[in-house]
Amino acid sequence: MATARSTPGGASRGRRAVWVGAAAFAVALVLWYVLTTLTGVIGSARFPSPPEVFAAFRQLALDGYADGRLHQHVLHSSKLVLMGFAAAVTAGVPLGLAMGWSRRVEAFVNPIFLTIRPVPPLAWIPLAIVWLGLGDAAKVMVIWFAAFVPSVINAYTGVRSIEPYLLEASRMLGVRGWSFVREVLLPAALPHIFTGLRLSLQASWTTLVAAELVGAALGLGKVLNASAQDIFPAMILIGMVFVGIAGGVMTCTLALVEARAAPWRQG
Amino acid sequence: MATLTTRTTTSGLIALGLAGAVAFLALWTLLALSGVVQKQFLPTPLGVLQRFVELTQSPFVGHTLQQHLLSSLGRFGMGFGLAAVIGVSLGLAMGWFRWLDEIVTPFFDAVRFIAPIAWVPFAALWFGTGIGGPTLIIFAGAFPPALINAYRGAKFVDVRLLEAARMLGTPGWKIVTHVLLPASVPSIVAGLRISAGLGWQSLVGAELIVASSGIGYLMVKGQASISTATVMAGMVAIGLVGVLIDVILRRVEAGIHRRRGRGE
Repeated sequence: MATARSTPGGASRGRRAVWVGAAAFAVALVLWYVLTTLTGVIGSARFPSPPEVFAAFRQLALDGYADGRLHQHVLHSSKLVLMGFAAAVTAGVPLGLAMGWSRRVEAFVNPIFLTIRPVPPLAWIPLAIVWLGLGDAAKVMVIWFAAFVPSVINAYTGVRSIEPYLLEASRMLGVRGWSFVREVLLPAALPHIFTGLRLSLQASWTTLVAAELVGAALGLGKVLNASAQDIFPAMILIGMVFVGIAGGVMTCTLALVEARAAPWRQG
Repeated sequence: MATLTTRTTTSGLIALGLAGAVAFLALWTLLALSGVVQKQFLPTPLGVLQRFVELTQSPFVGHTLQQHLLSSLGRFGMGFGLAAVIGVSLGLAMGWFRWLDEIVTPFFDAVRFIAPIAWVPFAALWFGTGIGGPTLIIFAGAFPPALINAYRGAKFVDVRLLEAARMLGTPGWKIVTHVLLPASVPSIVAGLRISAGLGWQSLVGAELIVASSGIGYLMVKGQASISTATVMAGMVAIGLVGVLIDVILRRVEAGIHRRRGRGE
């Protein structure tokens, strides 16, 4: 076992892990079926049985629930996340770069930024509702604040962690102005920027789900909210599953973009 | 680092910082006083401060600000404590017992992408809106970092320590408590700091939706009565407590590093 430990995640343990994992899943599924459908130890008012979940999935996908079908909810939520995320990143990354580059900008902006920073993203929800109501604008505002802070912080760290010799070399070679930003600053800070984007995206998604839970016309959070009010556990579970799937797909997509845009990160 | 920026004196930087703060507050005050935005929707900074003080003295929706904060902190302590205890012990055990790792990891990966806040409906259904429901949501937020960091800490323990322990015939569970746990304390504490941050955030979300007291509830009620000053005072309180929790855990972390002679 000592040899396996020294190579965590190594190829040798891969196959066994897959089998054990699959077996564990199978056992869990059987257990779920036995506890709910067969014996009824867990009542369906507390946790749904497999057939109920399947029926709920069919209903959501084909007939619609909470004023929309599955793809409409997913598309609506994704659209809002992308809007808020894009707006936050376009503002946050340049600001972070500027703060990292110039101590003066940092000194000037910090009082404002340090006021916003400790406020958890979800705490903007009531303010957004007072200002903009329960519509899409309020959601985008909340997502903006959720995604803004990590994108600023990591762009800032990215600039600050550039090796001094890179800067000296580029200065000596007379690279300045726009070409300096494009050829030196951005590529060097890109790995950190992407870390920030990943954190921003996750925060955006969590925050949107919360905002939709509080009140929305459409979206996965609305599905969760409606199913909670109808006491419809099967639909709650389906809602959670798709919140997870959509979040996972977004994170993976960003990882793919990152591999394309910053291939020098691995290596 | 000196090559990074044009040189500016420290006093110049302080002046710029002050200028930034003043500009921010002045712009806000002007916007609030000009009447472009209704006062109800945008109070002045001073108005928010006044409301903050007011809330600490006279009760709003049943309790004063301190009482709301205490009830929030109680829930936070429950959820975070449970997440820390279960997450750290499970993480350490997974770091040693391979079968446990192989069984738990697929489940953990499967639920990892579910946002903690998505547990709200089940939390309310199973545990109600008192202390149980919000606690589950905080737990869902704080659990993953606690587990992951304990697991990583255990995985990167010096192999020689483990070999020595095995050679001396230490049973598996004792290796976990006597070798893995002490060796991975720095990683565990770093994880708990992240846990606490995420837990506090999840708490706020939980209280916005499923609670009948607490700082999040105060904000919801402020929102319902369109009292922007109350909402903003709540945001200030949440931010301050969040910073306070982080400062305390940073202290703990620094203390541990110092005692271990890492000198940080």
